[in-house]
Parts: sequence; C-alpha cells; structure tokens
Amino acid sequence: MDEVAHLWWQAIEGTLILFFAGGVIALVLGVIVGAMRVSPVPIARAVGTVYVNWIRNTPLTLIMFFFAFCMPILLGQRINALILATIALGVYTATYVAETIRSGVNTVPVGQAEAARAIGLGFGQVMSLVVMPQAFRSVVPPMMSVFIALLKNTTVAAGFSVLNLGSVTAYLSEHREAQADNLFQAMVTGENQLLTLLLIAAIFVVLVLLLAWLQRVLERKWRVER
Amino acid sequence: MSSVLYDVPGPRARLRNRVLGVVTVLVVLALIALTIWRLYATGQFSAQKWSIFSYTRIWMLILDGLWHTLSAFLVAAIGALLLGFILAVGRLSDHAWVRVPVGWIVEILRAIPVLIFMMLMYYGLPVVGVKVDPYVAVVVALVAYNGSVLAEAIRAGVESLPRGQGEAGYAIGLRKNGVLRLVLLPQAVRAMMPVIISQLVVALKDTALGFIITYPELLYVIKLLGNQITYGSPLVPAAIVGGSIYVVLCLILSYIAYRVEKSTRRSPKVRRPQGPGTGEATTMTEFIAVQKGVGKGDATSL
Repeated sequence: MDEVAHLWWQAIEGTLILFFAGGVIALVLGVIVGAMRVSPVPIARAVGTVYVNWIRNTPLTLIMFFFAFCMPILLGQRINALILATIALGVYTATYVAETIRSGVNTVPVGQAEAARAIGLGFGQVMSLVVMPQAFRSVVPPMMSVFIALLKNTTVAAGFSVLNLGSVTAYLSEHREAQADNLFQAMVTGENQLLTLLLIAAIFVVLVLLLAWLQRVLERKWRVER
Repeated sequence: MSSVLYDVPGPRARLRNRVLGVVTVLVVLALIALTIWRLYATGQFSAQKWSIFSYTRIWMLILDGLWHTLSAFLVAAIGALLLGFILAVGRLSDHAWVRVPVGWIVEILRAIPVLIFMMLMYYGLPVVGVKVDPYVAVVVALVAYNGSVLAEAIRAGVESLPRGQGEAGYAIGLRKNGVLRLVLLPQAVRAMMPVIISQLVVALKDTALGFIITYPELLYVIKLLGNQITYGSPLVPAAIVGGSIYVVLCLILSYIAYRVEKSTRRSPKVRRPQGPGTGEATTMTEFIAVQKGVGKGDATSL
C-alpha cells in the first residue's frame, strides 16, 4: 500500500510541476511574444505572428513528440522527460498567453492613451497609470481559461514517459499488489482501471470547475465599465 | 501610425525601433543557425536518413496514417456538430428538467481532458467487458469534448441575438421549434461560424492524441518510420516531414476560419449578401450599414 501511495504522490507532484513550471515558462515567453506582437517594430511583429500562427497550428502531441524524442538526439544527451515535457507545454501555451495579452491591450481605447499623453504624462506613466490597469482587468479572466487549458493539457505528457495523473494508471498496473478487498481499494491500486480513470477524470473536473469558478469571481470583480 | 502603447515615432524613436528590429533579426538568425548547426552536427542531413522517403511504400504508409487522421477528424467533426446542436437546444430549453442536467453534462464533458476520456474508453471499458477499438475511442472522445464546446458557442450565439428576433418569430405564429430552427439558429450559426471552424481546428489537432492510445494515425507512422534502423533511425527527418503535413492541414483550416471571420465581420449580420459580385456598397445607406457592421463586429469580437 505504501508503494501505491508513493506513486499517487509522485503523480500529483508531476502534474503540479508540469502545471506551474509550464505556466511560468508560458507566462515569460508569452509576455515577450505578446509585447513583440504589439510593438512598433514591424520585424518583431512579423516574428511574433509567425511564432504564434505556427505553434498554434501544431498539435501539442507533436510538439511534445519533438521535444521528447528529437531534442535528446539533437543535443546528443539524455534529458529528463519531465523537463522536456514542461518546456513543450510552456512553448505551446505561450502562444495563447501572447494572444490573450495582445487582445487585452487592444481593448483599451486609443483615446485613453492619447488623453494621458495630452495631459503630459510620459511613456512610463501612461503605461503604469492608464493603459496597464485597464488592460490587466480585461486580460485576467481569459488568462484563466488559458491556464485551465494548460491544466488539462498536462495529461498529454502521459504519452511521453512522464509520471503524472494522466499516466498513473499505467504505472500502478506495473506495481500490481495482492488482491484488492473492496471497490475503493481496487480503484486506488489500479486493480480496476475503469474506476481509477474515473477517479482521475473526477479530480480534473473538480479542479477545472474550481478554476472556472475563480474566473467568474474575478470577472465580476474586475469588469471594466465602459 | 499611433496605438494605445506608443505615439507616432519621432526621429529618436525611429532610430531605436530600427535598432530593435536589427536585434530581433539577429536573435532569430542565431536561433535558426543554432538549429541548423545541431541538425548538421548530429548528421540529420545525411542521405541515408532521408533515403527512406524515396520509396513509394513508405509514402503509402504515410498516406495511410494521414487517412486515419483525416477519417477520425471528419467523423468526429460531424459528430461534434450534431452533439453541439443537440446540447445547445437542450441548454436553451424552457423546461428546467432538461436545461439543468444538460448544463451539467456540458460542464463536465468540457472539464475532462480529452486524453483521459480516450483512456477511459480504451483502457477502462474493457474492465466491464466492452472491447473498444482505438478509432472509436478517439472519435467518441473528440465528439464529446468538441460537441460540448460547440454547444456553448451556439448557445452564446443564440443568446447574443436581440430579443426582438425571437419575439417577432412568435408574433407571426411560429412555435418554439420554428422560432429556434428558422429564426434563431441560422443567425447564431452565422455569427458563430469563425468560432465553430476554429473549434474544428482544435479537433483536428487533438486527433494526434490518438498516438498515445496506439491509434495508427500520422504521428504513429512517424514514430514507426523513425525507428527503422536500416535507414539510420531517421526520427528527426520523419518528424520534420510528418510535422509539416500536420501544420499545413491545420493552417489551411485556420485560414478558412480567418476568411470566414473577415467576411462575417464585413457583412451586416441581419442581411445576407445579395450574391457574389455585388461587393461594392451601392447606396449611402448601405454604405453606412456596412460600416456599422464593422463597428459592431469589432466591439463584440474581443
């Protein structure tokens, strides 16, 4: 039973690392690409557009495939599967973060910035006092949708030998123990795969609904009245 | 050119922008050079690794994988549209005993990761004695997920219509069925067409998840080809070729979505275009109507 508990703990840990580390990579890369997409430099805009359109039209499975199988060949060394999957998730989600930021910035009317410039505020002040507070409010709720999608996408790493909630069933079945006494034990030990997978699905449903509820609360709190 | 973020650039800003442009180009070139160097250094350009693509039989295998991908996508797309309509109508029902359970079903189907749904079908159902083909598992999971997302899109489309549309329908004596079928749904679908097509792109992308539950689609074939030792395990060349096929497929579908979105935004929502060829607005009123349509589309499409 200890073995089983250990596996579950590791699986949860794997999912959390994928979610948070992938999220941080996605945020950093996404902010850079989003800034490029709204920058006054035409070449930077073009590069951002190509990146977003290219990666968004590539299946996540293919990106993970590339990172998991091709990267070790190209770099000529073995790399931890969890790290590769996390980078793949980050690279993929960054495009959605960039698009969210871009559309959030675009919801701020040009007149707001023009008025701010007209009363003599400098670039930094226009950004920090006028544009960003408004853009931030319209960015946060859609950003939550991006992170909900990221949470669900962590399961894709299951196909690339990363222990997480998506693949815990397969790992459990390798550590088959003595006959389970009741249905609950059969579910937790992976004896009954149907029940185990239903449990995992239920965990994700609860987490996603929780995040969606948080999103609704934030949306109501920060709705911009125009 | 002025935007929220920056003013019309002056001489100093222009210089700075030019410097930033040069820096961007240099960074991108460096990344490309790094990739090519790594590809070259690990011998990915060797003739042996690419020779695998000179055989008809190999291309037949790739086409076979492509066919599996496309057949799963097409069936899943049609199924998802049907399920989407059914669930949307259910959520719009006046009877709480239909509306509330359907609402829960939609929420739950949207929240389950597609891969978990596929595993549930492929690994889970055999426990109760139901043997499921990977193809069926892929299609059912895609239908369930995308159908519930489409249901939300269609419902949002119907709810965004002016109340007068439905009321006018009832006023001329249509029943609930007629109002929904003849008045509300056609307009909602038209307004939501870009969302619907982008969701189909998602469905196409998600067929690649079938790879994980051993459905022999394109990615599966790529892996298979990549492990051929006689050709020096050409995994990277195979991934490049197969990946390009995937990206091109999705780009085509995304481009259609983009075109549809542009044309929806340009045409006034209430009126259908008179026909092809009458592109220019003839009267001033029509011109204003077209302009208004543009403004409205801009405001609603975030």
